[in-house]
Amino acid sequence: MPPSPYLVASSLSPLTHVGFNHALRERLEAGARALTYFGAPLADGAIELTALLQDEQGLSVLRGHATGDAGLPALTVQFPQLHIFEREIHEQTGLPMPGHPWLKPVRSPVAPMAAYPFFKMEGKEVHEVAVGPIHAGVIEPGHFRFMCLGEQVHHLEIQLGFQHRGIEALVLQRPLAHAAALVETIAGDTSIGHTWAFCRALEAMAGVTVTDEVEIVRAIALELERVAMHLTGLSGIATDIGFLQGGTTWGRLRTTLINLSMQLCGSRFGRGWLRPGGVRFGIDAETARRIPDLLAQFQRDMRTVSALFETSLSVAGRLHEVGTVTAETARELGLVGMVARASSLDLDQRVALPGRAYTRLPMPHAKQLTGDVWARAALRIDEIGRSVVWLLQALAVPGLDAPPLQPIGALPPDTLAIGVCEGWRGETIHALQTDANGKLRHFKAQDPSLRNWFGLAVALRGNDISDFPICNKSFDLSYCGNDL
Amino acid sequence: MLRSLRVRISQGRQYIGDLRAAAPANFRGMPVIADAACAPACRACADACPSNAFVSLDPVQIDLGRCVQCGDCAPVCPEKKLTFTNACHTAAVLRDDLLISAHRPAPPPIAVSAALHKQFGRSLRLRSVSAGGCNGCESELNAVSNVNFDLGRYGIEFVASPRHADGLVISGPITRNMAEPLQLCFDALPRPRFVLAFGACAISGGLFAEAPQIERQFLDANVPILYVPGCPPHPLTLVNGLMDLLGIALP
Repeated sequence: MPPSPYLVASSLSPLTHVGFNHALRERLEAGARALTYFGAPLADGAIELTALLQDEQGLSVLRGHATGDAGLPALTVQFPQLHIFEREIHEQTGLPMPGHPWLKPVRSPVAPMAAYPFFKMEGKEVHEVAVGPIHAGVIEPGHFRFMCLGEQVHHLEIQLGFQHRGIEALVLQRPLAHAAALVETIAGDTSIGHTWAFCRALEAMAGVTVTDEVEIVRAIALELERVAMHLTGLSGIATDIGFLQGGTTWGRLRTTLINLSMQLCGSRFGRGWLRPGGVRFGIDAETARRIPDLLAQFQRDMRTVSALFETSLSVAGRLHEVGTVTAETARELGLVGMVARASSLDLDQRVALPGRAYTRLPMPHAKQLTGDVWARAALRIDEIGRSVVWLLQALAVPGLDAPPLQPIGALPPDTLAIGVCEGWRGETIHALQTDANGKLRHFKAQDPSLRNWFGLAVALRGNDISDFPICNKSFDLSYCGNDL
Repeated sequence: MLRSLRVRISQGRQYIGDLRAAAPANFRGMPVIADAACAPACRACADACPSNAFVSLDPVQIDLGRCVQCGDCAPVCPEKKLTFTNACHTAAVLRDDLLISAHRPAPPPIAVSAALHKQFGRSLRLRSVSAGGCNGCESELNAVSNVNFDLGRYGIEFVASPRHADGLVISGPITRNMAEPLQLCFDALPRPRFVLAFGACAISGGLFAEAPQIERQFLDANVPILYVPGCPPHPLTLVNGLMDLLGIALP
């Protein structure tokens, strides 16, 4: 059996802050990857630390306690993949992190933006360009500060937090039955990716096992979301380089797919589809028979427009060797999902932690080698093709009518449960922790964007500022997914 | 060239001819409350609702301005009183018009505004500000300009600069960190100008109404001329509301 995409651990005995730091360093030195690492303040003033690690054996967890007085020596210098986690722990718990090179706020500007101490680059010809939070389009807000020499960007500093809605706290305050609707809006374009990770964590904690067919319906929802959002991104890149046939045709192909989601669950964004204990909408045999025709037509049209894109010299001229992230940088910074795969990393949780749906119907791994905008666009075209082939197989599975939702009973006390799902951007991770009475006392949601934003900043170094739009579109990151 | 032609042929004709008559298949748009008695003291629907959309239970009244269309209420009703239709004619000019019940099953039809028709009936430029929007509303706002809905055919377009805009479309519950940028953006719009609220978050705060990170004073001073309910609203809900209010392509 391949490793599970979830983990449950009861009554974890925490390490001291020294022991925790040592164990975390040892595991990372041995080659494990940190999936998430977060802190939660406890009633006695200590900070509870949780690190989720992954190696060939699967998922494992480290738990430690630190106190504000002692602080916790930062490991970012040795393991840059931890940089955003240590920043977030510092911001959310106030725990001192001595040795961290840059404890910039992740999402809550500490002072009015005008007073925020951005990096400064000095020199006679140096200038800065400030963009946002409101951008020149129908898009979420964030602030970008480009430090330039002429047209060339030396560094981009990204300041987020404008979208902070306090969603983690709301999930804890509200009845558990309201959580799924909230989770669907963590990143509204990743409703399925987030809700599935949340369901996995909650079901694992409550000891609820849904049927294989329910898992397949969830994966169908996830792949529809992936294809639709990849098309949105491709359409955006095409429009930004004036490749208008790509912009409009990929755009209308997306409409076909989100309307298919709507036919299956009532929402173009998969809202209300997944719920803890199952799915609210199954796929009856008649509908499952009808969809393949639509997908076959989709495949034909997709191949036609993609062939035009891939053979166009002007497209190649604009996208090759722009916004490059090397494999080494991607690994070092802990980049995830499609961005990591476009830089040739083998990082797809549908392969590493397939769960029952992708064990029964494996998803072949896609990747690209060059790590530039071209690679990220080509990867998305490739993944759309693979997802549609997978969907055709999945729709042939009998019995996709959903059984009624299984009730989620009382939760066990002092238990940690974590669920992982490979959404279209990358791994979404949800962690739940109960107190001694079985009541949720901590909730951590992680969108892949949290880790990949810094990758965008690094990708832009040495590029022309005019290439920022296509770099940004090719990363296609979520603002609210970062800001929560 | 041949490849390009092939794409053009595959594209065919995508636009929706009669936007008012379009009905998206299986869209969970508007709740319908059956005119039947509830079980005594039953509050199953209100308890299931994540956004406090059930503003009264006797009689059952739903605030479309809060409803996130999740549908979690329908299966828990012991009397099976709640269903959903794909209605997209649900936008309203007054906040209270979004309250529906068995006896008032939908917001009243939108009357043409003579003033808005004169000012913007043939050309309207909108500036979108996402103030905590989750990218659901933003995606649907982008969709109104795509090849299917193509609102550009009536001279309605989204623009990059507030200096070029006639109206401000707000999505999201208005986070504290966006309150000031939103105000600055609105101040940059030339007069005459207006505000339009798109989505449950913008109308009422939606799922985030009680979050301390939300700061909605902007809307006290700038009352929207149109409320477009949904989570996210279907593009047609905005399209229909705008076309009715501005008196565009009246039947």
